[in-house]
Amino acid sequence: METIMNKSGKTQVIREKVNKVLGISLEDARLTKSYLSVAFLAILLGGLLGLLQGLNRAGLLELPVWLNYYQVLTAHGLLLVVVLSAFFTIGYFYAGLSHTLGGLLPKVRKMAWIGFWMKIFGFVLAVIPILMNEASVMYTFYPPMAASPIFYIGLVFIVLGVWMCAFGAFINVASWRKRNPGQHIPILSFFATGVFVLLFFGSLPVAIEVFTIIPWAFGWVETINVMVARTLFWAFGHTLVNIWYLTAVSAWYVIVPKIIGGRRWNDLLTRIVVIALVIMNITGGFHHQIIDPGISEPVKYMHVFMSLAIGFPSLMTAYAMFAVFERTARRKGGKGLVGWYKKLPWGDVRFLAPFIAMAAFIPAGAGGIVQSTNQLNQVVHNTMWIVGHFHLTLGMSVVMTFFGISYWLVPYVSKRVLTPQINKLGVIQTIIWTIGMVIMSGAMHWVGLLGSPRRTSYSTYFDNATALSWDPYLFFLAIGGTLLMIGVLIQVYAVFYLMFFAPKGNTEFPVAEVEEDAAPTPRWTERWGLWIVCMIVLVGMAYVIPLVDFIVNAPPGSPPYKTW
Amino acid sequence: MMHRSEKVWLFLSFGMIIGFMLITGYQTFALEMGPPSYGERIDPQKVDETAPFDNPGIKQIGEDEYEVVMTLQVFSFTPSKIEVPAGSTVHFILTSKDVVHGFQVAETNLNAMVVPGYVQKITQKFDNPGEYLVLCNEYCGAGHQMMSTTITVK
Repeated sequence: METIMNKSGKTQVIREKVNKVLGISLEDARLTKSYLSVAFLAILLGGLLGLLQGLNRAGLLELPVWLNYYQVLTAHGLLLVVVLSAFFTIGYFYAGLSHTLGGLLPKVRKMAWIGFWMKIFGFVLAVIPILMNEASVMYTFYPPMAASPIFYIGLVFIVLGVWMCAFGAFINVASWRKRNPGQHIPILSFFATGVFVLLFFGSLPVAIEVFTIIPWAFGWVETINVMVARTLFWAFGHTLVNIWYLTAVSAWYVIVPKIIGGRRWNDLLTRIVVIALVIMNITGGFHHQIIDPGISEPVKYMHVFMSLAIGFPSLMTAYAMFAVFERTARRKGGKGLVGWYKKLPWGDVRFLAPFIAMAAFIPAGAGGIVQSTNQLNQVVHNTMWIVGHFHLTLGMSVVMTFFGISYWLVPYVSKRVLTPQINKLGVIQTIIWTIGMVIMSGAMHWVGLLGSPRRTSYSTYFDNATALSWDPYLFFLAIGGTLLMIGVLIQVYAVFYLMFFAPKGNTEFPVAEVEEDAAPTPRWTERWGLWIVCMIVLVGMAYVIPLVDFIVNAPPGSPPYKTW
Repeated sequence: MMHRSEKVWLFLSFGMIIGFMLITGYQTFALEMGPPSYGERIDPQKVDETAPFDNPGIKQIGEDEYEVVMTLQVFSFTPSKIEVPAGSTVHFILTSKDVVHGFQVAETNLNAMVVPGYVQKITQKFDNPGEYLVLCNEYCGAGHQMMSTTITVK
């Protein structure tokens, strides 16, 4: 028995070495290529729809009746917030699992494919009613607005597809742990574990919500509890955006240091950041409900604390990143208080894009802290400020990191290389995207402070003087949106060129090592069961009071409405 | 394990978050500036028959103090066209007759979600004369961009 164990252990070690030397197996590569292709097609389509909205809000374009602003906005949200995020995250982390754990288990690969097709099927189901104007409910689909039941059934399949991938990742990690007793999960797989834990637990509430909506949308049940649905939605909605963020953060800690020729930050602190973000994330959803009725001020105050607490690991990250940059640059001979920045590889898109992404997180994170605070939230809630905020966080910090990843991940999985020309194109793309997003998001923040609402097609509100005074700012949405569309086209071209046409060759999966003199990381960081229990306890603290109140003291429910 | 500068940084980070909490708490509980959180329940299908929404409108309740009972429905505010003298404090009592709406008055801090089944309350003192734009800031359907009215302060 022991010899058999030893033998299979040895084969596994050999497999892991082969994997490191020869690169990703063709089957694992095909999986990631498929996921990334869908992600970048989603950004192409979603970006185009975004441009249409920008032009409309600037008063330049009236959308036709058969494709109105709210259909476009619903599809834009679904494509970018759900499809792009899920497909990129899964494609990237599955490549990471394959690389750091010695290949995907055949069973896990099959699960990821089943998950792939379930998500595609679900997405097609959701899009059909949107195109037919039967589901213009936004990606938040707040009841008692009721879309066609097909829309919600589509969402169920998307969630189930995500769960398949989450469980696949858990199985792969568990199997590796069994084969490597006493060892730490490799850092990138540690991040992946955190992300998939959040994907599973974060999408549980929305799954419950959708299961209560479906019978109501079919008319089998007459009314729905509006506040319960809304609260369950935000338990998911905010977690989702933080899942993207954690995905981007994984590249900041693990990939970027390698690309600049350095070593990564303290392993223990990195793992603590992951654990903290996993434990504290879901309760952040309540800051979307700060000006809702029915939640008392003391409970809302507790929610503010829970939301702001997420800022702490982000501030730890901010320090860590700049410390790694400085340390690496000084080792390369960088001098002076800030003069060392010259030693960083600014001409390398794999560094430049995620660097700007990180820099954008400074104002983005500051804005987030400000707007999560009760009274300040009241000033900006549901205004264009919020739209500006998440275009800075997601559109810059997250998506630019994804872009930066694509310039090595796509060649890695397609066994090709990044050419100097495409690198240069990537640098140009990064600059165009940065300018476009700064213009658009800056204008959105400003006009939002003046009062212009989000999720509203172009309106002068019957030539109201206040509304007319917003027009000059809204014009910048069209300028920014146009630049971003150019950026999307370049980016999508670069991805598919690198996937199918770039010269063949070997590209490394850049995972940075810890410092040579690094202290060993304590074992307790691996206690995922405990972290999940902590997360559930925190979720209980935040949600039990309001949810019980909404259920026990529920007003008569609402029937479905189709108001579009 | 940690560099001194990191300890300082994290101390400042923690201090900043606690600072936000203290100020928010002071404003909420000492100055009564908390966000609109009223939670009385109402049957959303019987708003027209339920007091005070059976008689929406503006009522003077004190010197320089008014109460506005308002319903929100696709795609309008009832009553529309409110007029008050400058210096008035206005208490809004709001509910929705159909889907979720938002009550926002541009150039003020009036901003509240109005959810069917719940009564929402929010108060504002209007010091400066002018015409204030009231709009719905939660997407509520095809005519959402039309859902607006004005408050005139004389």
